[in-house]
Amino acid sequence: MTTLLILIVVLLLAIAIWQLTKIFDLTQVGENVNDTQIADDNDNKVNGYIMFAFLGFIYLTTIYCVWNYGNLPLLKDSASEHGPLVDNLMSISLVLIFIVQTVTQALLHYFAFKYKGKKGQKAMYFADNNKLELVWSSIPAIVLAGLILYGLYSWNNIMYVDKEDEQDAIVIELYAQQFKWEARYSGADNVLGKANVRYIEGANNLGVDLSDPNAQDDFAASELHIPKGKRVIFKMRSQDVLHSAYLPHFRAQMNCVPGMVTQFSFIPTVTTAEMREKPAIIEKVNHINELRAKKSEQLVANGQTALDPYTFDFLLLCNKICGASHYNMQMKVVVDTPEDFKAWLKDKQTIVQAVKTAAAEAEKSEKPATPTIDTAKVKTVVKDSTAVAQTEVKK
Amino acid sequence: MSAEAHNHGHEHDHDHGHEHHHKDTFITKYIFSIDHKMISKQYLITGIFMGIIGIVMSLLFRMQLAWPEESFKIFNVLLGDKFAPNGVMTNEIYLALITIHGTIMVFFVLTAGLSGTFSNLLIPLQIGARDMASGFLNMVSYWLFFLSSVIMVISLFVESGPASAGWTIYPPLSALPQAISGSGAGMTLWLVSMAIFIASSLLGSLNYIVTVINLRTKGMSMTRLPLTVWAFFITAIIGVISFPVLLSAALLLIFDRSFGTSFFLSDIYLAGEVLNYQGGSPVLFEHLFWFLGHPEVYIVLLPALGITSEVIATNSRKPIFGYRAMIMSIIAIAFLSTIVWGHHMFISGMNPFLGSVFTFTTLLIAIPSAVKAFNYITTLWKGNLQMNPAMLFSIGLVSTFITGGLTGIILGDSTLDINVHDTYFVVAHFHLVMGISALYGMFAGIYHWFPRMFGRMLNKNLGYVHFWVTAICAYGVFFPMHFIGMAGLPRRYYTNTNFPLFDDLQNVNVIITAFALVGGAFQLVFLWNFFHSIFYGKKSVQNPWKSNTLEWTAPIEHMHGNWPGELPEVHRWAYDYSKPGHDEDFVPQNVPMKPDEEVLHH
Repeated sequence: MTTLLILIVVLLLAIAIWQLTKIFDLTQVGENVNDTQIADDNDNKVNGYIMFAFLGFIYLTTIYCVWNYGNLPLLKDSASEHGPLVDNLMSISLVLIFIVQTVTQALLHYFAFKYKGKKGQKAMYFADNNKLELVWSSIPAIVLAGLILYGLYSWNNIMYVDKEDEQDAIVIELYAQQFKWEARYSGADNVLGKANVRYIEGANNLGVDLSDPNAQDDFAASELHIPKGKRVIFKMRSQDVLHSAYLPHFRAQMNCVPGMVTQFSFIPTVTTAEMREKPAIIEKVNHINELRAKKSEQLVANGQTALDPYTFDFLLLCNKICGASHYNMQMKVVVDTPEDFKAWLKDKQTIVQAVKTAAAEAEKSEKPATPTIDTAKVKTVVKDSTAVAQTEVKK
Repeated sequence: MSAEAHNHGHEHDHDHGHEHHHKDTFITKYIFSIDHKMISKQYLITGIFMGIIGIVMSLLFRMQLAWPEESFKIFNVLLGDKFAPNGVMTNEIYLALITIHGTIMVFFVLTAGLSGTFSNLLIPLQIGARDMASGFLNMVSYWLFFLSSVIMVISLFVESGPASAGWTIYPPLSALPQAISGSGAGMTLWLVSMAIFIASSLLGSLNYIVTVINLRTKGMSMTRLPLTVWAFFITAIIGVISFPVLLSAALLLIFDRSFGTSFFLSDIYLAGEVLNYQGGSPVLFEHLFWFLGHPEVYIVLLPALGITSEVIATNSRKPIFGYRAMIMSIIAIAFLSTIVWGHHMFISGMNPFLGSVFTFTTLLIAIPSAVKAFNYITTLWKGNLQMNPAMLFSIGLVSTFITGGLTGIILGDSTLDINVHDTYFVVAHFHLVMGISALYGMFAGIYHWFPRMFGRMLNKNLGYVHFWVTAICAYGVFFPMHFIGMAGLPRRYYTNTNFPLFDDLQNVNVIITAFALVGGAFQLVFLWNFFHSIFYGKKSVQNPWKSNTLEWTAPIEHMHGNWPGELPEVHRWAYDYSKPGHDEDFVPQNVPMKPDEEVLHH
């Protein structure tokens, strides 16, 4: 309904403009007919005024958007240590942009209105002025120098991890494939075992080198758990095509490139539970649930199933086009307190064990491994794969 | 000196040739023409046709985004039962639509349709030459473009669907048909089409460069060239520098796809088996692609800025402000554009140190861009603005160039890019700064030079309607898009319904689509105006806009060789508008300086 209304409003607006020009056509009928299709004083005047009105339109659009959609999750409530650094730079840049935008658009449209042409009026011959050029190339240069310095400082802080910090950190592999994520934890030794897609076989779906001593305690999970307050170093791998591990709440993103291991690291600072308590998040979740309830009513009325209510969770999204179901490649991320994280780590079946049990099961069922048994084995490792993206490939 | 001598010889040929003018058959005049004016019309009409396809595609996927997985009769009609069963768009065709939309708009409309049209039309006419340096190569260039357009359109009809790996065609997705069905025959045709397109673009660009350097008429020094010609000239140079790199990327990708090489592929397990590729790197492809891809932005934009410079000066009845600064900024932008490609790859896995370097070079581009914007604004100041439709589009261009360009400061900053990379923020940014701005430049060019091309005028009131609705809708579409991007919404998602997190952005998507549909519909006003006016428009006078440049000193009738008799001689720069000491507010370039007249510009 709102859509229809918007469509109608915009259409009416367009018709109004059309009529305006028509009226304008008619006003000229009596006078000396201007059929040259070249703008005359009247055109200049009307369009000059519309130019000025258009400035208003730009400002109103800006205000409307900031007011209604300006509640930007990417500007506040970050959940990582470097988050505020990024958000701060973003805010500074945005304020700067809005100032420059407001001033330059005003000058542009005001001049277009103010100096609209009239017969007999002569423009000023003003061809160049080096001082002016110097002023408006040096001001942006200085401002940009500031932004560049701040940006590079933050970039270096984020991308380079000190050797000492590295020893302290947890190493987790993010493994991407069409169209789901998996995480591989490095276990007690905190070193990931070697891996390559050529090792993929049966339950060893991450391609871990099972003979590597470092790989013995590695385990896989389909839900990413990380502890609050501890540096996490993510090593990204991809099995098939390019993916991008996007963790918007942590201001983190890195592509997953087949044939190479990429890295991104951050320190989570807010647990999932704490995040859910934040007023801004509560408000957002409530709003979304209202929308979903409304949608559900419609769905139920049409005999379809209602939508589940939404609870806040951190997410890992794929943000590089990776195939037909790219739009649904996600993994739940849980930030635990250090204690909860320790509890979660307990009794995790290592990949090596999983492969062994899968092999034993295969023997039990007598027959040599067939593809159907293979998939069963995979399921034992990826226990809660239903929570991950449903990878229905429409073909 | 030698150029002049050459010109003389050339002139002689054509004077001679002119007597046999009537021997032109329909085929040599309209189809395999070697006349630059005819070729420019061919470019324009082919470009408009491709533009219709590109824009209709965008409207289709905008509808899907606003009303995800709802059934529309139009989907079924246009996409067929396979890609829109029961009128519901499938996710595969959605990706194909965005891919082909991007390809067509960037290459076929805004590179060939814009630069091809106006470089061809204006370079010989504005520098006072009979034709391009090589009319034959020029013809070949157009027909290669036509061929590549035909192949691209054919690729829409192959059974497995058109290319659907995004217009950036990153491998491995684009290399492996197992990864996405569009990477089969559709992708092959895409690559063939682009390879031919690049050949066409190179032939065209070389021709433009040679023509500008060698065929300027007497008195037309480089610093008297109109800014349009400067823009086309520099555009051609960056085209020649960067397009071959894309060709090499395309060729290597063809090798990977068809001959089993591993330039871009390594360690891939797909559809249950390990593929043989070893040792290649997709990041290498990204480097090669963006080495063209970023200059491409300026290949699209610079001609639009050149056209705008000319249109704004003419319609302000004022010299363009800071002529030399404008040239310097065009050159600076062109130079910088070739060393900033890495800002598309901050998070691609390349060394973070490179990220720092590219942040630095990228933000530098803001300086010449700011100079251009301020110069345009100052040109309007104390002018006598004639609000012709071309002028409106030029002012519109400056407006969207500023709005879209400013957000580049965010995207060019590696730190901030981490979080808005590949979100709708990027989509909003580049559509405003290169898509809409370049389209406005193209429209400005069409409204301004239509009389020169067809000898008739476009209807101005329809032009006003076209501009104002387009201007409102362009902002209506792309301004809110920044905000959904800053909320973290990734681009190229078929639907956002799998993320309750984004549920509150759905109403914004509906608004955006509404504006897009209205804006798209009003392009019909332009199309009608354009095609109707070719045949029934008001007959034009020789110099309707009272402009200074040489193209308006040539007769209206279509004739090969542009000027009957001798070529005009140039005595002044192109921007003596409202010069004190003259009765009229314009002094064409071929008017000799008065005995006591001073050069008032630097």
